[in-house]
Amino acid sequence: MSIQHRSTILAGIDGSTYSAAVTDYAAWIAVKLRAPLKLLHNIEHRDTPPLTDLSGSIGLGSREELLEELTRMEERRSRILLEQGKAMLQDAHERALARGCPEAENLQRHGSLEETLVEMEEEIRVLVVGIRGEGHENREKQIGTKLESLIRALHRPVLVVNRPFEQPPQRIMIAYDGGEVSRKALDMVSLSPLYQGLECHLVHVGQGEQESAQLQEGAAILRQAGLKTICAELSGDVQQQLERYYREHAIELVVMGAFGQSRLRELLFGSLTQRMLINSKIPLLLLR
Amino acid sequence: MLLSSTRQQWLGNIRADLLAGIVVALALIPEAIAFSIIAGVDPKVGLYASFCIAVIISIVGGRPGMISAATGAMALLMVTLVKEHGLQYLLAATLLTGVLQISTGYLKLGNLMSFVSRSVVTGFVNALAILIFMAQLPELTHVTWHVYAMTAAGLGIIYLFPHLPVVGKIVPSPLVCIVLLTLVAVVAGLDIRTVGDMGELPDTLPLFLWPDVPLNLETLYIIFPYAISLAVVGLLESMMTATIVDDLTDTNSDKNRECKGQGIANIGAGLLGGMAGCAMIGQSVINVKSGGRGRLSTLTAGVFLIVMVVFLGPLISQIPMAALVAVMIMVSIGTFSWQSIIDLKKYPLSTNLVMVATVLVVVSTHNLAYGVFVGVLLASLFFANKVSHFMYVSSELDALTDIRTYRVVGQVFFNSADKFTAQFDFKEVRDKVVINLSRAHFWDISAVGALDKVVIKFRREGVAVELIGLNEASATIVDRFGIHDKPEEIDQVLGGH
Repeated sequence: MSIQHRSTILAGIDGSTYSAAVTDYAAWIAVKLRAPLKLLHNIEHRDTPPLTDLSGSIGLGSREELLEELTRMEERRSRILLEQGKAMLQDAHERALARGCPEAENLQRHGSLEETLVEMEEEIRVLVVGIRGEGHENREKQIGTKLESLIRALHRPVLVVNRPFEQPPQRIMIAYDGGEVSRKALDMVSLSPLYQGLECHLVHVGQGEQESAQLQEGAAILRQAGLKTICAELSGDVQQQLERYYREHAIELVVMGAFGQSRLRELLFGSLTQRMLINSKIPLLLLR
Repeated sequence: MLLSSTRQQWLGNIRADLLAGIVVALALIPEAIAFSIIAGVDPKVGLYASFCIAVIISIVGGRPGMISAATGAMALLMVTLVKEHGLQYLLAATLLTGVLQISTGYLKLGNLMSFVSRSVVTGFVNALAILIFMAQLPELTHVTWHVYAMTAAGLGIIYLFPHLPVVGKIVPSPLVCIVLLTLVAVVAGLDIRTVGDMGELPDTLPLFLWPDVPLNLETLYIIFPYAISLAVVGLLESMMTATIVDDLTDTNSDKNRECKGQGIANIGAGLLGGMAGCAMIGQSVINVKSGGRGRLSTLTAGVFLIVMVVFLGPLISQIPMAALVAVMIMVSIGTFSWQSIIDLKKYPLSTNLVMVATVLVVVSTHNLAYGVFVGVLLASLFFANKVSHFMYVSSELDALTDIRTYRVVGQVFFNSADKFTAQFDFKEVRDKVVINLSRAHFWDISAVGALDKVVIKFRREGVAVELIGLNEASATIVDRFGIHDKPEEIDQVLGGH
């Protein structure tokens, strides 16, 4: 099997309601980039043990019996998850084809999602995941427990889906702070065919002459790449201003560099990425 | 990434970890006392050690959910040191053990565990179980019938209580055994030995203290041999236990981190007046069985143990030794690999010999390190012997040219070198001999030496010798590790010619 370097659009499928939207967005990207689409269902290890026997005694053959019993229970659970996963993947597969994707590959892996993705990092071009997994669906204002560490671990663009797919995005907003991470993000946007034909709003929160110049510089990069670019300078709380802006301009996708600050700064002031993940009503494409 | 897995290891399973930790702590108390008695020190030395080791290893260990504390395997190694030089030298040896184990971790010697074959592991475990059982015998000799009755009743409670509906699975049966037997002993006013008779119990939290030994070479000479044994046995048992927990929980562990962690834990124990310890097979199985998976279970076990001991000290001293013996017999039975006895019938003789030899050496020397050494040595010899059968030499005569061609196939190394030499007929009168080595593998200098000998012998008889394929045959002699890691290189060396 030859793995094409950074070519695959990977969609994380689980039993959550976001799976359909994840498939749709992944299909949209795959079609636009003419990239192969892979649908991944990950069967995670159970965090909590399947049996608790507090009798605290061990007799002849206890170890063998325990291993046998644990294996039997895990086996039963895994079989069920495997079957469910297959069905989910099949649904997603049909959905992706219906969205115009020429082909899609179904993939099932065991182990933690983070491990699987880090192993597959070389072949991933964009990862599409839902904001919350099946375990946490009803918890508003919370992001999935594994999402943040997953984004940190993976050095690839991650599209976080948080609402159903209605139509291919027409207007995108790029959150720009002039820092290294966001400048790299800008380069990526200007080079990728995904954004061709879209209306780009390059938004910066915070004012100052130097920053204005940086913003114009950034806009020039986008315009050079042939993107229709609108610049905006806002002031106030970064996350609130960005949110207001995308609502007012009917933006359908936010693109931003993720976790650009040092861990210490994040600890003291909180991470913008985290706040955006929690509060955003529209999908976020996080560039690393 | 690091942070999230750390959080998972600590908080992924809070409720079950807390419960399992408590169950383990209850079983750790009698064990720590019993192992102190084996080592010949006050019970508080073992109890402090169990507390320190469990708490420290929960933070720095490489195998979440594994229980480490004062152990029988280690206690057995300290007996003479304590008898001849006293507790302070034991504490110093414990510190040195920790240092040695940490260096092992940094040198990544944990990988050497791959040389310890399965039969040696089984032998180790069985020998350990036998030693724990034997250590209980002094408590059962020259005593009144009350003690036998109490011990038998204790074992009965331990093994029958879990079969009771509902309570059986909620209340740890060793605890029930200890509580009931203590009550009986106190109420009936039996005059039998109790834990209080065995030495001092802790009444405070452990205090930091530097071992009171002269810091000179003489001290080092005394403690070094013990520290080496302790470090080796501690790591062996820890690595084996880690493998068992890995298998039970279907997860991986970081063996080198565990080596370092064991070292740090032992240094901590030595500085707080505890004896050296390591991972415990029986307790780790109990922990997993009780639902413990994360680091929190080990931490809970340590903390709960010291809280119980410090606050319930006076009660603990009332526990009859018979109850302790019953718990230890349970641990011994639970540690023993029953399956290995069943497997004796179907396993090859060499495997069984390795296992039995390991057990015999340990039981006769009371030192698990010697047993493992003998086991590994035997296993390697048996392996070398097996591989040496994979060699033959065929020959054919070309009558026209009067040339005899020997074709060597298979593995030539120190063990098969003589057999290799013996395959050639030096008495035969020929003008020329061809030795085709292109399907042979020469693994070491003995093999090359044997070939030289063959060539010289033929030459002395006046026979011309031609070697074919020598370069390919000796490609395997290269001694640099890692050079043949790639499949295509292995194919080239082993299969390609």
